[in-house]
Amino acid sequence: MSEKIDVRYVAKLARIALSEEEVARFGEQLGNLLEHVNVLSELDTAAVPATAQVVESRNVERPDDVLPCLDRETVLAMAPQRQGGFFRVPRIIAEP
Amino acid sequence: MNELVRRSAAEIARDVGAKRLSAREVTEAVLARVDEVDDKLGCYLTRLNELARSSAQRVDERIAAGETLPLAGVPVAVKDNMCLTGTRTTAGSKILENWIAPYTATAVQRILDAGGVPIGKTNLDEFAMGSSCENSALGVTRNPYDLGRVPGGSSGGSAAAVGGYEAAIGLGSDTGGSIREPGAFCNVVGFKPTYGRVSRYGLIAFASSLDQIGPLARTVEDAALAYDAMAGHDPMDSTSIDRPVELTAIALRGDLKGVKIGIVKEFVTAKLGQEIDALYRRAYSELAALGAELVDVSLPTADYGLATYYLIAPAECSSNLARFDGVRYGLRVDGDDVGQMYENTRAAGFGPEVKRRILIGTYALSSGYYDAYYVKAQKARTMFAQDFRKAFERCDLIAAPAASSPPFEFNSKSDPYSMYMMDYYTIPMSLAGLPALSVPCGYAGSPQLPMGLQLCGPLFQEAKLLGAAHAYEQATKYATKVAVAV
Amino acid sequence: MIARAKYEAVIGIECHVELTTRSKMFCGCANEFGGEPNTKVCPVCLALPGALPVANKEAIEHMIRAGLAFGAKIPEFSKFDRKNYFYPDMPKDYQISQYDMPLTLGGSVRYWLDDGTSKECRLTRIHLEEDTGKSVHAGGDGRIAGSAYSLIDFNRAGVPLMECVSEPDLRSAEEAVAYLEALKRTFVLLGVSDVKMEEGSLRCDANVSIRPAGSNELGTKAEIKNMNSFRSVFRAIESEIARQIDVLESGGRVVQETRGWDESQGVTHSMRSKEEAHDYRYFPDPDLVPLEIDTALIDRLRKTIPALPTERFERYLHEYELDPKQATQLIDNLPLARYFDECVAASGNAKQCTNFVLGDLSRLANETSIAVYASPVTPALLAELIGLVETKTVNSKIAKELVERMWAGEGSPKAIVEKEGLAQTSDTGEIERLIADVLSANEKAVADYKSGKTNILGFLTGQVMKASRGKANPALVTELLRKRLD
Repeated sequence: MSEKIDVRYVAKLARIALSEEEVARFGEQLGNLLEHVNVLSELDTAAVPATAQVVESRNVERPDDVLPCLDRETVLAMAPQRQGGFFRVPRIIAEP
Repeated sequence: MNELVRRSAAEIARDVGAKRLSAREVTEAVLARVDEVDDKLGCYLTRLNELARSSAQRVDERIAAGETLPLAGVPVAVKDNMCLTGTRTTAGSKILENWIAPYTATAVQRILDAGGVPIGKTNLDEFAMGSSCENSALGVTRNPYDLGRVPGGSSGGSAAAVGGYEAAIGLGSDTGGSIREPGAFCNVVGFKPTYGRVSRYGLIAFASSLDQIGPLARTVEDAALAYDAMAGHDPMDSTSIDRPVELTAIALRGDLKGVKIGIVKEFVTAKLGQEIDALYRRAYSELAALGAELVDVSLPTADYGLATYYLIAPAECSSNLARFDGVRYGLRVDGDDVGQMYENTRAAGFGPEVKRRILIGTYALSSGYYDAYYVKAQKARTMFAQDFRKAFERCDLIAAPAASSPPFEFNSKSDPYSMYMMDYYTIPMSLAGLPALSVPCGYAGSPQLPMGLQLCGPLFQEAKLLGAAHAYEQATKYATKVAVAV
Repeated sequence: MIARAKYEAVIGIECHVELTTRSKMFCGCANEFGGEPNTKVCPVCLALPGALPVANKEAIEHMIRAGLAFGAKIPEFSKFDRKNYFYPDMPKDYQISQYDMPLTLGGSVRYWLDDGTSKECRLTRIHLEEDTGKSVHAGGDGRIAGSAYSLIDFNRAGVPLMECVSEPDLRSAEEAVAYLEALKRTFVLLGVSDVKMEEGSLRCDANVSIRPAGSNELGTKAEIKNMNSFRSVFRAIESEIARQIDVLESGGRVVQETRGWDESQGVTHSMRSKEEAHDYRYFPDPDLVPLEIDTALIDRLRKTIPALPTERFERYLHEYELDPKQATQLIDNLPLARYFDECVAASGNAKQCTNFVLGDLSRLANETSIAVYASPVTPALLAELIGLVETKTVNSKIAKELVERMWAGEGSPKAIVEKEGLAQTSDTGEIERLIADVLSANEKAVADYKSGKTNILGFLTGQVMKASRGKANPALVTELLRKRLD
């Protein structure tokens, strides 16, 4: 099964702008990878559960305690753009 | 070369602890070595001279005050995907090129608490994706045995630092082989513990269900010391195992009497060429000469390892790397609106390998493909775990190659898939979460370049694993047979 | 009007309710409303590289209790999934939520309408997730459309959130609000949330469609957002139902879309077409482990659930024959309801208890800012007073005075009556004498009465009451007066 990935659609989902050249190149490389990956369809996994986690573990929780948080100046010093106490971003076009 | 830089971590810790040596002296010697060779080797993206000196000072004070520190004064190289407060932490990527971490990874903190002295942050394949360190966006690291060849990856910087005497311990991370393969390439021990044994808190995530932090060192004993200091439950990591740690440095053994070692029949080393085949046959017979009984075991799912891994790891990473969006930290490339800002930032900030993996991972999780790809791969993964469980009914440990070739030349693997093939022998253990390591087992090729023997144990059997590796190492001492090129 | 009767509205409500815990869902930052922006953030809720989530035990227990209160099924296994999408107030660019194995399934909410009848709305599920940060849109009129940039505060990011999805069982705006009130009542009673729409701890969207009355098929639904209060919810749903009827009546078709409620204009506006569905690429979060909920935990949590408003409400309506407004007043104030119950138990007279508790006592509580149940008027004292009223020992005027004096701390009404001789006089002889006095002092009034102004009787009764210092039995006074005059 040779699959053609809609690279543009996937790049949109992943929020990565691609040049035309990249769309073509990645399309080919990922298509090749998918061909290799498709051997998995040979495996009979009907009776096998998907791995939930590698090492069996359940109910890992923390108590409802308040712990010290980060100092605001440290936090905002990292911001690519800040305004007062806020992170600033370019206009949002639509709600999610 | 100042002989101090050749010392093992165990020796340094002993001498500093006994006040025969000061942490300051060791640190200065290593810093001088770094000054001397790092321009050629390129191990360190960020040198931490000031922090190293103040840490060394602190270690000496603690020793003077009577504290016992298992890693007293040991110079440590920290892979740059691990947060260390106040240090530039880049993950080898332009998107974090100038990011300063405001907190320290638990594993790193434990090494520092044990007396380790941080020398610098080491180079890596971007976001730990790669097997040669060539995918780093911020620097080039060279193999200390041949500067025209790769040190392996993704923990190439840490492996080369240890192999090139620019540190005694290197902290690396292993997702599909990223400690073991560079360990093999740089002629050092590279150890990946059981999944969950070492906290991932503060390790910049690549594939959450596969990533583990582990040590690179010039001896098994050193790796054991570092592991003992780092391992153990961390409440900040939900996947961290809450189980008592069996210390490994005291479990090192001199022979392999009574130990059954499984040789995987699907790992046909003849495929790797006559010289390498002979090398591994020799390694297996050396194990037998130490008293081990060799048994044939089977991992029927072995050939599906790459497919399984290259669906699960990219899927998880596509989600883990979404946070790099230019909003709260890191690189931002502006746009007319926030959507464009995301796309421009991530286009400029991520290298091609990272982009490829995000794309394939997004695809594997997307509607219509989730069951056929992601779920299918997770089922295949269960089969690996089952295979190993069956194999370990017949043996105590498994032996295999650590890499499919000696270190290769730069730019020699232009096709992504040929690079992925480097992980063939290490991926199965990662998928099953098993503890595994690489130990130097000789040289191959022309020029003669390092090869590593991989040993793997059942879940939580680190002590048994390191114990056996130590016996092999002491009997063969391959790491010392060829000198580094710097 | 006629058009309205042709159609039936079908409404489902989806709520997001913030849980009252001390700390956030996956980290230890404070879960508090208000405060300076970005002062309650840490590596985890800010999604710094390397940070990992750890689930809040209290939040999980709150969720389970809420599910039990609604008769939902609590499954044996539950897990967290990642919901992947990009938005600036989402630090990880995925939300940790629950997809196919939520903490509760099914259940139902009983709600009451103004006429006292109750109905049940089935729940599809309630699941646990984390809240996002808050964005302020600047440079326009505060809405997204037309804004120049946005400012983000992450204090709220990571606060535990219950998403409560109902089946489309609601049939009117009134029912929708009643449903929300019932939800709120239960959450407040359980102590799992303070449910304040104005503070954002309850947010809801409504799915509204219409169909021909009597039909069983569902019409096309529109999702209504931006309702900030229960009143908005009512108005928005009414407006939307009317709009959809207009559309159908004029031969159009309802479009499946999201519409935002505009409070000032009193209409809904189309926000976007629902065709652009998101591919959230849900997959189990590999940084968290599954939850296994055993029956011991469920039993323990079940025991912590107090008597629910439902049973009390039913009792008040049917046993004590309160009207719905009165019953609501009581059940919305649990300590008052308890006080009321004690009074009924002590006096055996629910009607009188209602009169006093919701009448004079509540008025005094408002005036003096002391809660009824914290006042000196104990249930026992009130029962005493009610006894005096029942035996006609005091009339209503005296009773009112006694209430005031009891509130002021004067203690037993029986004692006061005895001491001051306030008992109602029903001594016919005594009253006859008073009547004689009054009539002789009011000859003109008597003449007016005899000439046909029968309402003078009230004035004369009042005079006799005054003469008796309020103690005369007013009904008896009137009766005897009439006899005398006629």
